[in-house]
Amino acid sequence: MNLSLLVIVPLITTVLLLFVRGQSGVRRIALAGVSIQLVLAFALLGLYWQERGVGGTAAGNASAFLFEYRHAWFSALHIDYHVGVDGISVAMILLTAFVMVGAVLVSWTIKSMTKEFFVLLLLLSAGAYGFFISLDLFTLFFFLEVSVIPKFLLIGIWGSGRKEYAAMKLALMLMAGSAMVFIGLLGLYYNTGVAGGYVAGAAGGPHTFDWPAIAQMQVPVKAQLLFFPFLFIGFGIFTALFPFHTWVPDGHSSAPTAASMFLAGISMKLGGYGCLRVAVSLMPAAAREYSPFIVGLATIAIIYGAFATMMQKDLKYINAYSSVSHCGFILLGIGMLTRTAVNGAVMQMISHGLMTALFFAAIGMIYDRTHTRLVERLGGLLKIMPFISSIFVIAGLCSLGLPGLSGFAAEITVFMGSWQHPGGMYHLATILACASIVVTAVYILRATGQTIMGPVKDAEYNGLTDATWNERLAGILLVAGIIAIGVAPFWLNELINK
Amino acid sequence: MWTGIILPLRQELMVTGILFLLLFIKVGATDFSTGTILNLVNVLLLANLLLGFFPAGRTVLFDGMFHTDKLIALEKNILNLGTLLVSLQAYDWLKGQRNTLEFYMLLLATLIGFFFMISAGNLLIFYLGLELSTIPLTALSGFDLEKRRSSEAAMKFIISSAFSSALLLFGISLLYGATGSLGFDTISRHLDGSAFQLFAFILILSGFAFKVSLVPFHLWTADVYEGSPVPVTAYLSVVSKGAVFFVFVQVLYTVFRPLTGDWRRMLILLSVLTMLIGNLFALRQHSLKRLLAFSSITQSGFILAGITGSSHAGGTSVIYFILIYIFSNLGAFGVVALISAQTGKESIDDYKGLYAANPLLSWVMAISLFSLAGIPPTAGFFGKFFLLMAGAGKGNYVFIGIAAANMVISLYYYLRVIKAIFMDTQPQPIGRLTISLLPNIAFGVCILGILVTGLLGWVYDYIYSLSIGG
Repeated sequence: MNLSLLVIVPLITTVLLLFVRGQSGVRRIALAGVSIQLVLAFALLGLYWQERGVGGTAAGNASAFLFEYRHAWFSALHIDYHVGVDGISVAMILLTAFVMVGAVLVSWTIKSMTKEFFVLLLLLSAGAYGFFISLDLFTLFFFLEVSVIPKFLLIGIWGSGRKEYAAMKLALMLMAGSAMVFIGLLGLYYNTGVAGGYVAGAAGGPHTFDWPAIAQMQVPVKAQLLFFPFLFIGFGIFTALFPFHTWVPDGHSSAPTAASMFLAGISMKLGGYGCLRVAVSLMPAAAREYSPFIVGLATIAIIYGAFATMMQKDLKYINAYSSVSHCGFILLGIGMLTRTAVNGAVMQMISHGLMTALFFAAIGMIYDRTHTRLVERLGGLLKIMPFISSIFVIAGLCSLGLPGLSGFAAEITVFMGSWQHPGGMYHLATILACASIVVTAVYILRATGQTIMGPVKDAEYNGLTDATWNERLAGILLVAGIIAIGVAPFWLNELINK
Repeated sequence: MWTGIILPLRQELMVTGILFLLLFIKVGATDFSTGTILNLVNVLLLANLLLGFFPAGRTVLFDGMFHTDKLIALEKNILNLGTLLVSLQAYDWLKGQRNTLEFYMLLLATLIGFFFMISAGNLLIFYLGLELSTIPLTALSGFDLEKRRSSEAAMKFIISSAFSSALLLFGISLLYGATGSLGFDTISRHLDGSAFQLFAFILILSGFAFKVSLVPFHLWTADVYEGSPVPVTAYLSVVSKGAVFFVFVQVLYTVFRPLTGDWRRMLILLSVLTMLIGNLFALRQHSLKRLLAFSSITQSGFILAGITGSSHAGGTSVIYFILIYIFSNLGAFGVVALISAQTGKESIDDYKGLYAANPLLSWVMAISLFSLAGIPPTAGFFGKFFLLMAGAGKGNYVFIGIAAANMVISLYYYLRVIKAIFMDTQPQPIGRLTISLLPNIAFGVCILGILVTGLLGWVYDYIYSLSIGG
């Protein structure tokens, strides 16, 4: 399968959008575009299974990456456009496709500048797909930055609350992350192809950004130790690494629903994926060295995020802070470096992506109707809008790790993997992380109880309607994903490991 | 014999020809409408651009005074392209001027000056070219005859130019004393890094630093940029700066190659200062022209970062970046020029709510600013990436780290403009503006350039293949 299609389809959709007139036309084109993305993602999954020989008798293709394609880009600098996928990327691509369809469906009622909204949203998705399929670090960095600025515009134009402040903060912090990644990548580049370790400006073989090539050559340990923090913190800012998580609450809560879904569902995963794919995989020695710091920061993020969530009164802030906590699990799993823990981290990325997108979608639907997100002013919604309330509850339960939903499968894998890592400090971190689930249960159950159950706080709410067809479709799609992973986590696990 | 001179000198001769044509029109006092003249000049510039691509190899003329090769022809083409774009964008402003012919005569005189400066193989020719371009430029910056600010800008410009020229001349004369020659080849053979030679070099460097407005030689920039008519500001910030940087790169990598270690340290210091100060001042500006002035100072700092790299990668990345910079900066200045010519508004606050009535202009501005900030998929991303990558090639990671941090700072003030255009509102936003055909073409070329130059890798590869090796 030609992987570049994943980037080309959103781009073609945006070009088509530019020529369409009228809101309904724009919406239809956008929906068609993301639907094709979803079909492509499923096709990719099927082909990937087939190629790997799952279920068949023939031995599968065992090469590290499938569907590779390479085209010289800046040949003078040995920079190629190089794409390919392994199981992790396939999973992330599926996640992106799911969240994108959901995001377009919940944005059905965007009134002002509809065309621009969908163009920016689709550009974001092109960036995300490109990032996940990249095997060349230059290509990867290119796509990482592609997905920063559309967020600025999405939040700043269509957001709510202190939107300009939030948009600026998000853009600057993510750019700072990119700048750190940039330095890390340059450091990596100039330490490839050098015989005999780190010599500044030494000649000796062409330098390269090519992932498989770098993975095979040992990057000098000294260079690893120097540049690992840049790469890890740089990508970490994207995935709310403590103490660089402060853009998360502001950004998520000010963003329009679709942008929140993308931000929390996919954008934060770019960071996790980058930490794993670039920082940890290419600099294993440094990863081992810095593992205690990563685990420490991740644990702080988990605990801090959980307690900070307890104090929140705004539904979007609740989900944003809980995202900080949940993304802590991703970093914890990556930092533990055991195979199971890393598997768990990837599963947590997928699970959190679906769950948080669903949560933001539900919050957006509630806000569209009641015009408030404050927990204290909501109540008794279950009677008025049963469908929205149901998906809200499902998202909440997934967040607190109810067995049968994806959150449980992912978190238990992370904990099991973490426990495998010997050493008192790691055990302590695992126990603390486990304990945070209790806090999660407190804030989720409290928020759900107050908004969904109980008496209706405002008589006006009685006249509100339940979800429309597009909102139902978005909800059902994301819930299906959550349940598919929760009930049968082994297929995802197998995909990641193949 | 004649082809041996005409072919290498084709670009210079063509521009001189246009210049004389305009002179004859002026003297002949034939009544041409302004529109006709504008169209004529633009077509001739386009012809010159095409002529520049006519293949011609390496040639040395007049006892080594003048040399040219494919790279130099390309650099001249880039400058010519910039001039053409400025001229297209100046359409609205020039239609209201009575002295269109004089404007073009001055403009083309500077262009010839730049051409000779780039092709110089001797410090005398170099100085001649530089002065040939500087003096008409000061006249150009005072071209808004009714405006006091414009005359003030011209005054400031001529004083600072004279000062920098004096520094440069002093340096050249000292260098002549030290090496006994003014030819580039001979000088480079006699350089050994003695204190006297370094002193001469520092004087020359300061002269250059004035011209490309590096901190601490930047003080004239903001005032001159603000006071001059917008097309002239655009020309100053793009073509003039680009030309000086082309020579700068050549001179550093060839003539002063023996002093590489010394000038690299100096450039790193200048670069850090330039980026930081340029950024810090840009953060606080309210006038868009002043903001772009300080942003152009910052960009000079980034270009210096590229020069500190190895001559091959560094030289390529600088030329590549300047090509991209021409598209990006002229895109932004084009919008400013158009709005300034039609409404007279130049402050960032005036741009609030621009998107409502002028979506096209807003997007041109946004894409240009993103390119200046180095956001993909615009070409600016590739330009900055390769500049800093070249700089990092020598292992100066702290320096490159500072540069990367400055990229983040600069993003803030570019985004401020974007925010004003797209997110803010004001009671009376700028109404719908009409864009005539020529500025429209210029915008089209700029946007196409911004989107294509980066994504097409062969542009970089082509410059790399021509670049000074070693």
